[in-house]
Amino acid sequence: MGVEFIYPEFEVVRNSSRCIACRVCERQCANEVHSYDPDERVMLSDESKCVNCQRCVSLCPTRALKIVKSDCTFRENANWQSDTIKEIYKQANSGGVLLSSMGNPKMLPVYWDKILINASQVTNPSIDPLREPMETRVFLGKKPRSIERDEGGKIKNNLTPQLELSMPVMFSAMSYGSISYNAHKSLAEAATRLGICYNTGEGGLHEDFYVYGPNTIVQVASGRFGVFADYLDAGAAIEIKMGQGAKPGIGGHLPGKKIVGDVSRTRMIPEGSDAISPAPHHDIYSIEDLRQLVYSLKEATQYKKPVIVKVAAVHNIAAIASGIARSGADIIAIDGFRGGTGAAPTRIRDNVGIPIELALAACDRRLREEGIRNDVSLVVGGSIRSASDVIKAVALGADACYVATAALLALGCHLCRTCHTGNCNWGIATQRPELVKRLNPETGAERLYNLMTAWRHEIKELMGGMGINSIEALRGNRLMLRGVNMTEKELEILGISHAGE
Amino acid sequence: MATELYSPGAVRINASKFDHKTLNEKIRAVGGDCTITGCLGERFIAAGMSEGHIDIEGTPGNALGAYLNGAAITVHGNAQDAVGDTMNDGEIIIHGSIGDAAGYAMRGGRIYVRGDAGYRAGIHMKEYKEKRPVMVIGGKCGSFLGEYQAGGIIIVLGLTDDSRRIVSNFPGTGMHGGVMYLRSDCDGVRFPKNVTARLATDEDMVEVESVIADYCERFDLDVDEILDAPFTKVAPDSKNPYKQMYVAN
Repeated sequence: MGVEFIYPEFEVVRNSSRCIACRVCERQCANEVHSYDPDERVMLSDESKCVNCQRCVSLCPTRALKIVKSDCTFRENANWQSDTIKEIYKQANSGGVLLSSMGNPKMLPVYWDKILINASQVTNPSIDPLREPMETRVFLGKKPRSIERDEGGKIKNNLTPQLELSMPVMFSAMSYGSISYNAHKSLAEAATRLGICYNTGEGGLHEDFYVYGPNTIVQVASGRFGVFADYLDAGAAIEIKMGQGAKPGIGGHLPGKKIVGDVSRTRMIPEGSDAISPAPHHDIYSIEDLRQLVYSLKEATQYKKPVIVKVAAVHNIAAIASGIARSGADIIAIDGFRGGTGAAPTRIRDNVGIPIELALAACDRRLREEGIRNDVSLVVGGSIRSASDVIKAVALGADACYVATAALLALGCHLCRTCHTGNCNWGIATQRPELVKRLNPETGAERLYNLMTAWRHEIKELMGGMGINSIEALRGNRLMLRGVNMTEKELEILGISHAGE
Repeated sequence: MATELYSPGAVRINASKFDHKTLNEKIRAVGGDCTITGCLGERFIAAGMSEGHIDIEGTPGNALGAYLNGAAITVHGNAQDAVGDTMNDGEIIIHGSIGDAAGYAMRGGRIYVRGDAGYRAGIHMKEYKEKRPVMVIGGKCGSFLGEYQAGGIIIVLGLTDDSRRIVSNFPGTGMHGGVMYLRSDCDGVRFPKNVTARLATDEDMVEVESVIADYCERFDLDVDEILDAPFTKVAPDSKNPYKQMYVAN
């Protein structure tokens, strides 16, 4: 107490007329907020430990609980907001680098919300997806530049390996270790049922999940954890991770206390040892070096799988994408600055990188101008929140989208943004067995399936409204988009007109 | 003529006729056992292969034996960058010198080099249970030897007739596992704060001697002569180097 004290961010409000002291809240809270006073026969709470994950609220059988933001305030002003002040106190108390979870929470523009979608009226009639077939399937990978024929005049199959998806959405990389076994199983099962892919992240592939191989993207990052021949052979595609939207320019670090049991076995490193993914790949200093890694992976898997190169959206992203397209990669994944993370230094998460909408539009244009757009597919992530975000991304030139935060929400995540503590009460971002079992993978898979099936319906409805019956016909179709509340420059970069034009 | 029979069971493949993709297909087609002749910069040789012995005459290109999974490679000459990248098992024997970033993230198997290694040898080398990779460099090493080393054993012998230090700058930067032995008193070598470097004890040398005996057999060297010198042992102070750096926000 004293100078180090920071008033709790949340208050636990317990309606004593409803509370039956059943102690569910106490058992459910891994942060140990709730306790029972046997003398007074009442529940008590220590709100200083509360992260507002809503677990107790959701499970209270009598709806006796709610968590509200504390109204104890600093004397804020426009420059010194409460979060800014608290961060100073935390660093003065500890001398530590601030560590946060999930995506950038700052009031920076969300361009998706400034873009509006077209619909047909009178001419070019809209299509009813309930009555007419709509194609949402996409194939990711290089497309041949020309048709080749054999001596008999028959068309030769010169198509390089493709990733087939039933809809233009995939679950993006989250490692086993950053999330739980049951979370991974939910993603893998749902991806398989949906005919899309999930992504291992840099945590290796658990032996139980090799059966989901045809719907798995295996990742190779700078730490190369869990990477060996069987792992590379298991996946439908291989992703080289160069960067991540939540923390461009820095590496990853899973603390030793989370490297236990199966996580240790899957990463193939000893228990208790930090898993450090260096910021750069120390063998990559140029596009030629990247090409070497791309081709070493293709050689090791006998050219049977497309190779994805994932980068964070940063200032010169269009030039970077052009380089990647020339490295031999089949797919470029670009991760915007709102992308989530299990842990990232706050300053980096909140200040480094650029919005995915601008990065996507710039890359698509650059690749088209250079005549190499069909040499690669473009996948974008970094806060795709809904079917309409997907439609807008495709119209700006994306072949598919990566979603992760939305998928975690489907699994029960309440965005309390404390993944780095390892105490996830929803059984997602934790390795504690008693917490992991709270997430039933069957239910998790079902909820993910529901979410994506709903998105697919919405995608079809939005397409039908535009008079478009195939995702292929929407890709890069910027005439279907209009901007509001944007400057000339923003519209120019996005390549769209203002509403009313 | 793509391949010609050299002797029963030993196939000779002339690398100069093929690109790297075709060359690897030829090697796989014969089950790995072969001699590659006329090798001149062909990359990715034996990538991910798990069986056979590949003998190479000439100079293979970058990423020799990447993701190697049990096959054996012998090079009668020099090799270039990224030898044994992410190697899981097997062995790579180089009779000459090698370039940069050898054994990046290797998790198992052996890399023995008769000559020198460039920068970043053994970077992010790992180990897991029975898998404990071994890298022995007969000559001297460039900067950043064993950077981020997380496991395994690196031995540098310094068997050259010149006055260069056994290892250049910043050995063991970010090291958080495994061990390095340098055949030198390491006078003038600056180690980072996260490691401890001290003379190897007799107990330490038990492990070193068995590795060096195997190494000497491959290159026809005298074990006793090599062991008749001080060895410096370099080991990390912590397997959790970043533990105190952060505060939850």
